[in-house]
Amino acid sequence: MRDQDKGSRTMNKTLFIAGFFAASLAFSGGAANAAPGGVVPPRNDWSFAGPFGTFDRAQLQRGFLVFKTVCASCHGLEKVSFRNLAEEGGPEYTEAQVEAFAAEFLVDGGYDEFGDPVQRAATPADFWPSPFANYQQAAAANGGKAPPDLSVMAKARTYERGFPWWITDVFTQYNENGVDYLSAFLQGYVEPPEDFDPALGNWNLYYPGHIVAMPNVLFDGAVEYPRDAQERPIVPETVEQYAKDVTAFLMWTAEPHLEARKAMGFQVLVFLLVFAGLLYFTKKRIWARVGGETEGHAAG
Amino acid sequence: MSSHPTTYVPKSAAAKWLESRLPIIGLVHSSFVAFPVPRNLTYFWTFGAILMVMLIIQLVTGIVLAMHYTAHADYAFTSVEHIMRNVEYGWLLRYMHANGASFFFIAVYIHIFRGLFYGSYKAPREVLWILGVIILLLMMATAFMGYVLPWGQMSFWGATVITNLFSVIPLVGDTIVSFLWGGYSVGNPTLNRFFSLHYLLPFMILGVAMLHVWALHVPGNNNPTGVPIKSGKDAVPFHPYMTVKDTFSIVCFLAVFAWFVFYLPNYLGHADNYVPANPAVTPAHIVPEWYFLPFYAILRAVPDALFGVILMFASIAVLAFLPWLDTSKVRSGSYRPIFRVLFWAFVVTCLVLGWLGSRPAEGIYVILAQIFTVLYFAYFLIAMPLLGLLEKPLPLPNSITEAVLGKKQASGSGMPVGAAAEPQSKG
Amino acid sequence: MAQTTAAQEPTRRDFLFLATGAMGAVGVAAAAWPFIAQLAPDAQTVAAGAPVEVDLTPIAEGQIVKLFWRGALIFVRNRTPAEIEAARATPLDDLKDPEPDQARVMEGRENWLIIFGNCTHLGCVPLDFQGQYGGWFCPCHGSVFDTSGRIRSGPAPINLPVPPYRFVDDGRIVIGETA
Repeated sequence: MRDQDKGSRTMNKTLFIAGFFAASLAFSGGAANAAPGGVVPPRNDWSFAGPFGTFDRAQLQRGFLVFKTVCASCHGLEKVSFRNLAEEGGPEYTEAQVEAFAAEFLVDGGYDEFGDPVQRAATPADFWPSPFANYQQAAAANGGKAPPDLSVMAKARTYERGFPWWITDVFTQYNENGVDYLSAFLQGYVEPPEDFDPALGNWNLYYPGHIVAMPNVLFDGAVEYPRDAQERPIVPETVEQYAKDVTAFLMWTAEPHLEARKAMGFQVLVFLLVFAGLLYFTKKRIWARVGGETEGHAAG
Repeated sequence: MSSHPTTYVPKSAAAKWLESRLPIIGLVHSSFVAFPVPRNLTYFWTFGAILMVMLIIQLVTGIVLAMHYTAHADYAFTSVEHIMRNVEYGWLLRYMHANGASFFFIAVYIHIFRGLFYGSYKAPREVLWILGVIILLLMMATAFMGYVLPWGQMSFWGATVITNLFSVIPLVGDTIVSFLWGGYSVGNPTLNRFFSLHYLLPFMILGVAMLHVWALHVPGNNNPTGVPIKSGKDAVPFHPYMTVKDTFSIVCFLAVFAWFVFYLPNYLGHADNYVPANPAVTPAHIVPEWYFLPFYAILRAVPDALFGVILMFASIAVLAFLPWLDTSKVRSGSYRPIFRVLFWAFVVTCLVLGWLGSRPAEGIYVILAQIFTVLYFAYFLIAMPLLGLLEKPLPLPNSITEAVLGKKQASGSGMPVGAAAEPQSKG
Repeated sequence: MAQTTAAQEPTRRDFLFLATGAMGAVGVAAAAWPFIAQLAPDAQTVAAGAPVEVDLTPIAEGQIVKLFWRGALIFVRNRTPAEIEAARATPLDDLKDPEPDQARVMEGRENWLIIFGNCTHLGCVPLDFQGQYGGWFCPCHGSVFDTSGRIRSGPAPINLPVPPYRFVDDGRIVIGETA
């Protein structure tokens, strides 16, 4: 009798687990966003991936350098304040360095006593000033296509994972779709096909549809990286390295609390699992008062 | 029912004073302490409690998010980023709220399919079931309007597409749409009213959920056998037996929820919603949130816009008529061999419709969507009425106890199962 | 049989129930914290509350200038010698909240009085140069402040407080920083 009872319970639990995962996973197919005409970008080994991922400070600082030297002349970063650059979990520049970055910019300073607008030097509390005053100006200066703001770009781009990867991603925690795409895109200005008409725009291997308004901006040696004692750059000054570094930096701008989030996630999960374990035994003990759990319908 | 709830007897003077004026402790006691539940409920029956927890999580996170959010087309996107960056634990609250919506639907769908399989909609639980359908509709409206609030590309275009559905209504369609918008297109007035309603509707859900619990406590829980409680042996008091089981299940569910909130917070969302709304550019592929995909597939299955909209609303409305469409006298699918097969076929139909909803509406996908839409409605309109007449159900057990413990023990001599009917000392 | 199991092991049962209950309580408390913490000033508000620099050169003798630091009203008053003298001549015994004028200004720059501009009673803004001491008079409930911003009569319990500030040079101060 007890054996049959147990059998029925096991069956119900299996059903429960199967049903739960079927429901929670099967539907999420639409989550992956289509990138028609794009080529699947290669996977990278990001330091911030996985449950214990953290940013590489040196990489974020190099990425900031690339952003500041190359991207910032056309793209904004309007959600990021200078002070963020000194905050924990980011590039962690010193306060003095951040004040110096800010002081390079003039920002809106309100009005003087005559009511005329004045400008003042930016402070760490200010947001990163956009290179153009407004959308129209940005579009006019860039052939009709305004360069998008990069603050959350790492979360605003993705590529379709396809079956069965969108299921396995839930377990492997792969959600670096955006950064893999961005890094590939920045390296994607390869030789276009012979029949490509350059008047259409620029050709990029990874861009959906391949024709993109943004020209190639990264070249080997374009940004000078910090040097070691022998005056050699600590990492190669190549397009690949630039692309990865600036992409990592953009992941941080998009998700500045990523490290805190993952660290807290581990604590929460450990807590919930231990608590669930205790509850399981508490439940068994309580149900023992009525001869143990009797689930389901399987008759003896 | 010999296992009628033990009536609450107030012990302290203060409790007596309150109880004689407002018998609220007694109400809670009879509903959540002494309330007799069938002793054979499986984990599928814990989703009601899980849903209650999810509703509370959504309400509480939503109320605090509203303290920092700005419902204005120019500031909404930025204020969400402000929450993510500057507000203490803002990222946690927002990710809980956004993923909470998805997990609310995961739980509600499991809850609904459990009801479908075990015939929980049948007499005397029709009103309970219809209240559930109303909750589902309210949840859909709430979730849809909530998704508009970040004012990203998917917010804007989702709002545009869904509100335009109403334009197919003859004569008054255009007027209704402009009343929904508060203008001639989706814009700031739309965002403002959606925010207002997104704040209001959850409290309506809470209200209907209370009616739902009330309606549950008249006939009591259904159970995996579908056979009602016949003696005290068949039941246990809600507390502590179901409270501890529910709590265990809730914590397991929250662990999966936490996995998404902390490690895959944007997995269930759309990358396009991190692009600020732009009325001049439509995203390449407008897709609703996953929980709307089966209905979206039904909508697009038909070439005629009006008919598509009618079918989509009918796909939910048909649920409300199920208590009368299903002609079988047997509740539990466990004793209905043909029903059981059709039920799982129906589950697969819903999953396939969900997948089709995520595909572009072209070529083979449209044909498949039409086939599965027919199958979806066939389950309710053909299979349920006919099956009750044609199917020969398996023999039902005489009681719950007999089903789970076997005949010998049910008529049993020395088993202490009768203790179930006695009020248990609290743990 | 099952029922007796629990009775046989009371210690283990009690421990299990206690541990589970305690863990639940800890979990609820921990989960409540983010909902309370989100009420605190957010990072941008804190950053925007950074020290402000004020140019004193345009403020003439006898003039009061109003400005904001962290959203709070600040009075900057360039006091005349007569006003300083009046403040200093007042015996401490006459004060509700005894504090010498010297303690409320910087040595060598006694003409500059920098104080919070909200009445310490219930937060209204007192009117400049009003009241019998030529300091401030609060129209809400009649508190009277002297030329040192000290409470002289009325319901306000304490003097108008002095914010942290320092002189960069003779013509400039930074409010929110101390020397």
